Amino acid sequence: MRIESKDQFAAFQAQAREREAGRKKRVLVCCGTGCLATGAREVAEAFAYEIAERGLDVEIGLGVKSTGCHGFCERGPLVVFQPEGLLYTKVQAKRVPEIVEKTILGGEIIPGLLYKNPADNERIPAYEEIPFYKNQVRVAMRNIGRIDPTDLTDAVAHDAYAGLAKALFEMTPDEVLDEVETSGQRGRGGAGFYTARKWRSCKAAPGDRRFVLCNGDEGDPGAFKDRSIMEGDPHSVLEGMIIGAYALGAHDGYIYVRDEYPLAVVNLQAAIVEARKAGLLGENILGSGFDFDIRISRGGGAFVCGESSALMRSLAGKTGEPRAKYVHSTEKGLFDLPTVLNNVETWAGIGAIIHHGGAWFASMGTARSKGTKAFSLVGKVKNTGLIELPMGTTLRHIIYDIGGGVLKDRPFKAVQTGGPSGGCIPENLLDLPVDYERLTEAGSMMGSGGMIVMDDRTCMVDVARYFLAFLTEESCGKCVPCREGLKQMLGIFDALVEGRGRQGDIERIETLAAGMQLGSLCELGKSAPNPVLSTLKYFRSEYEAHIADRACPAGICRDLTAFEIMDDCDGCHVCFKACPTNAIEGTIKELHVIHHDLCISCGACLDVCPTDSIRTFPKIELAVREVV
Amino acid sequence: MAEQPCVDLSKTEAILGSYPHEEPSLIQVLQDVHRAYNYLPCDVLVRVAEVLEVPLAKVFSVSTFYKAFSLEPQGDTIIKVCTGTACHIRGAGQLVEELERKLGIGAGETTEDLKFTVKTVNCVGACAMAPVMIVGEKYWGGAKPARMSRYLAEGGSDEN
Repeated sequence: MRIESKDQFAAFQAQAREREAGRKKRVLVCCGTGCLATGAREVAEAFAYEIAERGLDVEIGLGVKSTGCHGFCERGPLVVFQPEGLLYTKVQAKRVPEIVEKTILGGEIIPGLLYKNPADNERIPAYEEIPFYKNQVRVAMRNIGRIDPTDLTDAVAHDAYAGLAKALFEMTPDEVLDEVETSGQRGRGGAGFYTARKWRSCKAAPGDRRFVLCNGDEGDPGAFKDRSIMEGDPHSVLEGMIIGAYALGAHDGYIYVRDEYPLAVVNLQAAIVEARKAGLLGENILGSGFDFDIRISRGGGAFVCGESSALMRSLAGKTGEPRAKYVHSTEKGLFDLPTVLNNVETWAGIGAIIHHGGAWFASMGTARSKGTKAFSLVGKVKNTGLIELPMGTTLRHIIYDIGGGVLKDRPFKAVQTGGPSGGCIPENLLDLPVDYERLTEAGSMMGSGGMIVMDDRTCMVDVARYFLAFLTEESCGKCVPCREGLKQMLGIFDALVEGRGRQGDIERIETLAAGMQLGSLCELGKSAPNPVLSTLKYFRSEYEAHIADRACPAGICRDLTAFEIMDDCDGCHVCFKACPTNAIEGTIKELHVIHHDLCISCGACLDVCPTDSIRTFPKIELAVREVV
Repeated sequence: MAEQPCVDLSKTEAILGSYPHEEPSLIQVLQDVHRAYNYLPCDVLVRVAEVLEVPLAKVFSVSTFYKAFSLEPQGDTIIKVCTGTACHIRGAGQLVEELERKLGIGAGETTEDLKFTVKTVNCVGACAMAPVMIVGEKYWGGAKPARMSRYLAEGGSDEN
């Protein structure tokens, strides 16, 4: 059905909401990439089969819905039962008949499937009561996990396109711009440029033709909020872009999606087709006379294409090399025409901002960072997953209250934010309220919201080396400071982790970093030294230990670390099985021994040891022992 | 240029037919070609350059710039080990080493029988399940070196 007027849209909305209200009971199966990997598709099919087989759809109004990512990927597949709000974790298809019998028909809760809070081992039945969810405020991710991303009617029942209808029929393009300005929203992709300022600058640029682009090239390792939005609520992205295009008077849009996100492409494509059919996209949108269409472009797998000018070159079929930005892309962007490029999360927020008003959005957050922000909380933390919180929430609250603390209750060492352009924040800054300014002051940045928690078994020199290796591979090679600076710096770090560090290396690193910050063409190179400088700032002693003592305090750098089993080993034999090189000897219930000539210092034994009976020590001491 | 085995160009023609013949189509065309042949054969690049009216040097430049493209034939099953930050600190390196022990090839290489290609990728966005490995289309979260044989045996299926 094609919607051709404001009234018809209102009627469609009413119909969609009525359909939603008519479904008394619902089983929501998370079908994000995470849960799919653990068998969510089979679980959803099993529910559909059981429901059809027993006629439960008619009898008790039961429906099953495949939704986007619930964020709690580690516990997948996740299943939520409505209206009770009950959450089951790690559900397998073979248990579905039992669940239908006991839980849906019998009203009985199966304790083994409930979420177990790692803090106190309590099992929590209600979705909303789980600390991971309880503390969240969702704007960009408002409908993820609630709607079926491939069902437009379901999305509309949950307010999708309500903001668009308001913009088209009740607001002028300039009023839309004013509303976005009132919201104080800033770009969710990294640098945090004000959305409204970007739009105004593009609108003021001369010319009749302009473009609206969506940056779905979420390349920061450790961040996956954009993937979840594109997969779980593609209509929110389309709606934001259509509203933006209306404000700017643009008629062509592109979504640039990373090559590594196949499901996002499929769901976006399906959403575009559905939106076109419904008259929400294409010519004469909702009968308003406004035309706008969107195409999807798949990236080729290059991190640098997340940079605006590289992305635009890539869209034009060229290599993704950035250009110097004497002229902003808002004036000369794609095909040298005025262009607005915003991040997926930015676009996903626009519909809600228009629907609820800019003041509503601005009522959340801090003085200069308004609204909410999505983060992926990952690494060595108990509850890993995707969360959205008001700006200004402290790191401690995020890591301990929502994340449940460090995995295995090991000591916290640092949290890495901002990807390869960001830095590592130490324990004494855990009470830092997270917003754009505070993170930058701490030597890191917001980036795309990746938060990687690190424990004492993380070597900060190795982490900095990891990012350098990443960027050396991803540098496009166009400008010398970035290409050569990274290569030289990586060379020094290789020496550090292999025990070849020399006095003066730290100073050499700092000199190179200053040159790269000053001379690189784009942000990739300019911000490349951040992980290095922030670890140097907060963990300098670790660098010094690598150079002066030939030791890795965290016991990670293999060339510097040896392992041994201590006397309190109870001979459980677990390490024996985990060792990839058969370097461990011992029979069950007796003390085990590591043979240093066979050991490759991978640490697999230490990671699995249930009694913490394996310790690391500097390899250099081995030589000393032999002499003695 | 090394001699390439002759390939069936009809698939290329079909792909070229579905895009406008202009430079902006280049990456999309190469992606489809890559999917059809599992790599970018030399003869195909020449044909693509001709039809899209893009200099061959530019086609080559784009083909080598993006990681999604390979100029060498790849294995039937592609194994991707995610080496994003979360996977890195949860032991992705050990997965790559185990693959090297099991298959005798490092990252970026293909087994001689063209069965497997091992790649490392910078974050597949499944960080909550780190470390992650993708064998064919199958994602394995919380992957462990000790379970590698199982991943290799089961992962090649067409399961989504």
